[in-house]
Amino acid sequence: MNAKEIIARRAALEPSDNNLINLGIGLPTMIANFVPADVEIVLQSENGILGVGPKPAPGEGDWHIYDAGGGLVTVKPGAMFFDSAYSFSLIRGGHVDITFLGALQVDEQGNLASWMVPGRRVTGMGGAMDLVVGAKRVVITMEHTQKGTPKLLAACTYPLTAVGVVDRIITELAVIDVTPKGFVVRELAEGVTFKDVCDVTDAPLIPDDQILKMRLAGVDNREDDRC
Amino acid sequence: MDKVVSAAQAVSHIRSGDVLLIGGFLQWGTPETLLKALLERDVHDLTVVSNDTGTGETATICLMQQGMVSRIKSTYIGANSHSGQMLIEDPASVELIPQGTLAERIRAGGAGLGGALVEVGLGTVAAEGKPTLEIDGKTYLIERPLRGNVALIYATVCDKAGNCFMKGSTKNFNVIMPLSADIVLVEAESIVDVGELDSELIHVPGVLVDYVCQREDV
Repeated sequence: MNAKEIIARRAALEPSDNNLINLGIGLPTMIANFVPADVEIVLQSENGILGVGPKPAPGEGDWHIYDAGGGLVTVKPGAMFFDSAYSFSLIRGGHVDITFLGALQVDEQGNLASWMVPGRRVTGMGGAMDLVVGAKRVVITMEHTQKGTPKLLAACTYPLTAVGVVDRIITELAVIDVTPKGFVVRELAEGVTFKDVCDVTDAPLIPDDQILKMRLAGVDNREDDRC
Repeated sequence: MDKVVSAAQAVSHIRSGDVLLIGGFLQWGTPETLLKALLERDVHDLTVVSNDTGTGETATICLMQQGMVSRIKSTYIGANSHSGQMLIEDPASVELIPQGTLAERIRAGGAGLGGALVEVGLGTVAAEGKPTLEIDGKTYLIERPLRGNVALIYATVCDKAGNCFMKGSTKNFNVIMPLSADIVLVEAESIVDVGELDSELIHVPGVLVDYVCQREDV
């Protein structure tokens, strides 16, 4: 299983039944594929859909129905369409239960940098700033390092998307929560030690009292889940 | 009142220096026929307000390539290479705005509000130079209302009086912008007689719309 799939399968265990979920572009879109069958989630696309369904078969689909990445989608029964002001009222107003998105850097204060690398072409923040400020819970899904360079830091160095908003980070190595004390490691992936994670993290890590083995959706999780 | 005109007649109301509110989200639901007609006009120094200034396949980029656009206010310009180039060459010409804040500023501009108070952007570059206000112990950015001289809007169905229906996810900024511009131009895939469009399906009332033209196959 590659890193992205590990991350997506772990993230798929985060939503509760009937949660309103927003998935960022890229890796987060994989999460919907792995959400357990007994958990029903409502997916929002910030360009104006509640109830996003799967992509249509190639050559099918209606160009009036597309997601925030510009790709055609289908909608589920009971879906609704609306304009951007309403969409961001849902987002800013605290009605989104979880927003999953990628990051360039996250620091131990929960600060998030996800939209701009100094010296590189700037594309704009889109809806990311609104989502991370407004959602009840912000879960970052990302590979633990950028080709070996740590992305979990004591303090972000890139321009911020928002201050103090991140609740949880899920990487292919670990599940880490942002707490008032700093980063707390809650779960470790199979075969990964606490030291392994510390070695690729540029911030102090606090081991949880009882670190669990990382659970993955759709994979038999061992009964003894102590690490 | 019959508001149906040609696309060329519709865009004849645009003047140099105008602020244009352009509906659409990435490559979909953009007013392509109006924008292409505008390419034939000799106007310049335009400001484009748009979610994303379109993509390499949509017509906003053509306005830019012809040197008609001096300023951009947008949330995401990653799909329009010319917008990215403007940001590099003249950073002051491009204002990047969080998407919900852009929507709310436009809504405020059309709803008689003096602005919007938002937490989004606090502690980031989006807050630079903006005043804040504390209400009930929470700090908010004061975001100013945003209006345009002309709005260019896509509709799926529009009746001859300008009542509009926007299908699926083409509502985006197309539904918000007509409140916030002095002149509203609509291009519609289908133009019908008044009464043919179910009142329950009207997203923009015709009273806000000045001119309607037929969308060409794009």
